Order: sequence, then C-alpha cells, then structure tokens
Amino acid sequence: MMPMLEVKNIETYYGAVQALRGISFDVNEGEIVTLIGSNGAGKSTTLKSISGLAKVKTGSIFYKDKEISNRPPHETTLLGIAHVPEGRRIFGNLTVKENLLMGAFSVKGKQVIEERMEFVFGHFPRLKERLSQKGGTMSGGEQQMLAIGRALMMNPDVLMLDEPSMGLAPIIVEQIFEIILQLNKMGITILLVEQNAYQALSIAHRGYVIQNGSIVLSGKGTELIENDEIKEAYLA
Amino acid sequence: MLLEMFQTLPQVLIDGLTLGAVYAVVALGYTMVYGILQLINFAHGEIFMTGAFIGTALFIMIMGWGSAIPQILLLIIVLVITASITGFIGVGMERIAYRPLRNAPRLIPLITAIGISFVLQDVIRFIAELTSGNYIVTGPSLFSENINLKTSAISSVFNDASFKTSFLIVLTVAILLMITLDFFVNRTKWGTAMRAVALDRETAALMSINVNKVISITFFIGSALGGATGVLFALQYGTIDPYIGFILGLKAFIAAVLGGIGNIRGAMLGGIMLGVMEMFAAANLSLLTGGIFGAEYKDVFAFAILILVLIFKPEGLLGKPTAEKV
Ligand SMILES: Nc1ncnc2c1ncn2[C@@H]1O[C@H](COP(=O)(O)OP(=O)(O)O)[C@@H](O)[C@H]1O
Ligand SMILES: [Mg+2]
Repeated sequence: MMPMLEVKNIETYYGAVQALRGISFDVNEGEIVTLIGSNGAGKSTTLKSISGLAKVKTGSIFYKDKEISNRPPHETTLLGIAHVPEGRRIFGNLTVKENLLMGAFSVKGKQVIEERMEFVFGHFPRLKERLSQKGGTMSGGEQQMLAIGRALMMNPDVLMLDEPSMGLAPIIVEQIFEIILQLNKMGITILLVEQNAYQALSIAHRGYVIQNGSIVLSGKGTELIENDEIKEAYLA
Repeated sequence: MLLEMFQTLPQVLIDGLTLGAVYAVVALGYTMVYGILQLINFAHGEIFMTGAFIGTALFIMIMGWGSAIPQILLLIIVLVITASITGFIGVGMERIAYRPLRNAPRLIPLITAIGISFVLQDVIRFIAELTSGNYIVTGPSLFSENINLKTSAISSVFNDASFKTSFLIVLTVAILLMITLDFFVNRTKWGTAMRAVALDRETAALMSINVNKVISITFFIGSALGGATGVLFALQYGTIDPYIGFILGLKAFIAAVLGGIGNIRGAMLGGIMLGVMEMFAAANLSLLTGGIFGAEYKDVFAFAILILVLIFKPEGLLGKPTAEKV
C-alpha cells in the first residue's frame, strides 16, 4: 500500500537560510506519526512545506498519490490536510464561533456546518460555553482546543499539529493528547510535531527525529523511547 | 459669543455631517486596505476623483438622451456604474502595482502608490481635455432645490438652517454605504474572512481562505466606495478637476488615523468628527479669535485637534494599543 503522505528529500529555504536539508518520511493512513527534535531543528518548516506556507526548493511531496509540492495553502487544506500551526494562532479579535466558522470556510451547507460544530463540541464541550467570547481572551489550553476544533471543522483526513502541548499545564497536555488519540481512533491520520518527546512517542505509532534540517533517526514510537541517544538528548 | 455659536450650530451640524460623511466613506478605503496589507494606498484619493469624473460624464451622457428619468433613479444608476468601474480600477491597481511588491520593504509600495496617483491625475486630465476641451468640468445641477429647516422653532437660540436637497442625498447615501459595509464586515462569511486575513494572513490561508481573493475584494469594495463618494462630491459641488483627490484624500486619510487606522468604525467616527470640526471652525474661528484668524484657517484648527488627539491617544480614537486591525 502506498503511504497516504510521502515527503521525498525536500529542501526548504527562508531567503538564503536553508532550513531543511533533504527530509524524507512517510505517513500511512490511520497512523500517528511524530516528528521530534530540538528548537530550530526544522519541524515547523516541515509542516509548513507540506501545507504550502513555505516554498519547497527541491524534492517533492505526495498526498494520496498526487504531487502537492508548492500548492498554495488554501488548496492543500481543501485536499484534506489540516495544519494547526505552532502557537495556536487563534484569530484573537474574532469570537470562538467565528473562529470555528473560518475553519469551515470552504464547507457548503448550513446543516453540515452545524453537524461539524456539534462534533467539535463533543470533544471540546468548553468551546460551546464560550461561543461569543473573543478567541484572544481565552486561556492557552482553551485556545489550543479552539485551534484543533477549528481544524476539525474542515473534516480533515490528515491532521498536522505543531507543538500542541507548548506552554500548557501538564493536566491540559494530558487532555489534549487523549483527544488526539480519540481522533486517531475515529480514523483521522495524525502528524504530530513535538518537543515534548516522551509524550509524543508514547502515543505515536512511529517517530522521526529531526536535527539541523535532516532526519537522523526513525523507528516505532516504543522503540525510540528506549533508544539511548534519544533518552540522552530529548527525554532527559 | 456663545450665543452666536449656538445660532449657527444647526447649519454647522448639517454642513459638517455632510462633509464628514464624505470623509468617512473615503476614509474606509484607506483603513480597509491598511488593515489588510499595512499599506497606505495614497492613490485612493485619485480613485475618489476618478469616480467624480466618471459620475459627471455619466450624468451628462444619460441626461443627454432625454430627461425623462427621475433624478433619484438617475443617481442610483450612476452610482452603481461608477462604483463598479472604480472598484475594478482598484482591483487592477492592486493586481498590477501592489501584489508584485507584497514582500518588498514598506516604502516601495508607498512610492508606487504616489506614482499611481500621478498617473490617474494625468490620465483623467488627458481624457477630460480631449472630450471637453478643459480639465475643469462642471456637471449638471441636480437636487438643487433649497430646503429650509426651521430650527429656530426648536429653541430661539438657533438660527434657521438651509441646505440644498443634494446635501440630504449625500448624507443619506453615505450613511447607507457605511451601514451596508459594517454589516458586510461583521456579519457575513466573506467579511469575517476579511477580518481574519487582516489579523493573520498565514492562518487564514490554512482555513482554505484564498487570501489574494480576499485582498482583491477589499480593494474592490474600498475603491467602489471611494468612487461612489466621488459621485456624491460632484453632485454637491458641481465643479471638479483632476486634483480634487489630493486634499480630500489627505483629509480622509487623517480621518482614518484619527479613528485608529485599520479600524472600520474608527474611520467612520474620524470622518464625521473631522467634517464637523472643520465646519465648526469655518463658522466660528473669526469669532473665537477676535477676528485674527478667519474661516480660511479651518484646516489648521481641525489639524490642531487631530494632533492633540494623537498626542494623548496615538493609536487613534477606536484603535487598540495592541496591533488590532479591522
Ligand atoms: N520565517 C523565518 N525566516 C528565517 N528563518 C527562519 C524562519 N522560520 C524559521 N527559520 C529558521 O529555520 C530553521 C528551522 O526552524 P523551524 O522549522 O521553526 O524549527 P522548529 O520548528 O523545529 O523549532 C531555524 O534555524 C530557524 O531559525
Ligand atoms: Mg517549531
């Protein structure tokens, strides 16, 4: 079986600065795959290259057997790839409801949008109580829930999450990871970027370690947790 | 002295509101584009001027075919056609001149905008001279009946106020335009998308929003409003030239800054305030200064107030100190 998402030897630059130096990995349908690595390694750039926020200079990206490299982000999301960016990036001046509706921007039909919203409230009941509150006035954990909920409004096949645990209290991180697992069980393929390596590896089927714009290690989540190098560098 | 100020107050309010409404609608164009691109589109004043010329040409043309059309219907037709044309000019301007410079340093699109201003002034001047032999053009007189408002009946401190019907038309149309825009921005899907793009372009794109399309729509709406206001201006003042966009555009821009650039309701408030202050100054300056400054110093007075506001509230009246936009 072909992988659902396949990244082949991509190199991405910011101006003259090379951020990715030939990254290759794949994600199969139904998997949770995690990319771990320290700050500045190139994790976010990898997700941006897939969604189209960053331009890939060489290499290619395939999604469901179609080449999607360098498509604009509003097109890749339409293909079913949702990208929850680092730092949540809630529209602070928009209400919770408006934020969710933006997630459903390309969705046709009031009925469908209502149903999706109920689906989101099923996972994040807190959002339902806050519908008319401005997104920017919510706590970090609530904003992360809104960011994920907003992405779910697209009904994605692949959900890419960039450091969803960043800056959150351990108990909230627990909840978020629990929800990621639930979403995966419902059939959503997950590509999870984390600095919080232990937690990410413990829920992931497979993981890749990025260092300096290259993949230096890969394997099953459970294997990587046991790996001595990883223990030393990321789980200390 | 106070009594004299009260006497002229009804007239000051009517004239000020009308002028202010014109500033406000033009200010919307500046503020919308700034909100979404952080670009000061100095050519917007010339879009207004272009609208005034297109409107006048249409008035002359359509009335030449026969004067059977009711004035109101004529006005609506001219407004719609002019707004569509200037809307598309705005879209084309963004597409050709600003989009290629999207990632260039801020100063570069600003200079481009000034360049476009000159181009539009000269093109309009050329066409006007070619077709009418003169670049100063006078349109037909419409809605010119005088209305007398018996404000003295409310209280004897007020004088009566009088104005042409066209004032009422200008005020009504401008307010309708503002209400419609406010509804669009705050209550519709594309309006919400516009606010989302203004807040965070990248994340908006991740919501499947075509950012370039939203920017085009913003330019269309801003320029359509600017062009429509040009028609209203031509209606009210009759005589226009290719350079009317400069000072009016500058004042509308100042109105946008006064209200908090990037903030739509702020632009409306700033425009109305500037208009009323200007008219107040025109009526009372000589009185207030014992004849030292006459009505011709009205702009100085208005700008002095602007400077005062900006000293104490640099982000503008409705602007937030944070980077809040639209
Ligand atoms: N907008 C940008 N402009 C220039 N360099 C950038 C930009 N974003 C990231 N980089 C650089 O690219 C490299 C990878 O960054 P990033 O993908 O954000 O890493 P990570 O997400 O793993 O922390 C870093 O060296 C970073 O400094
Ligand atoms: Mg990152």
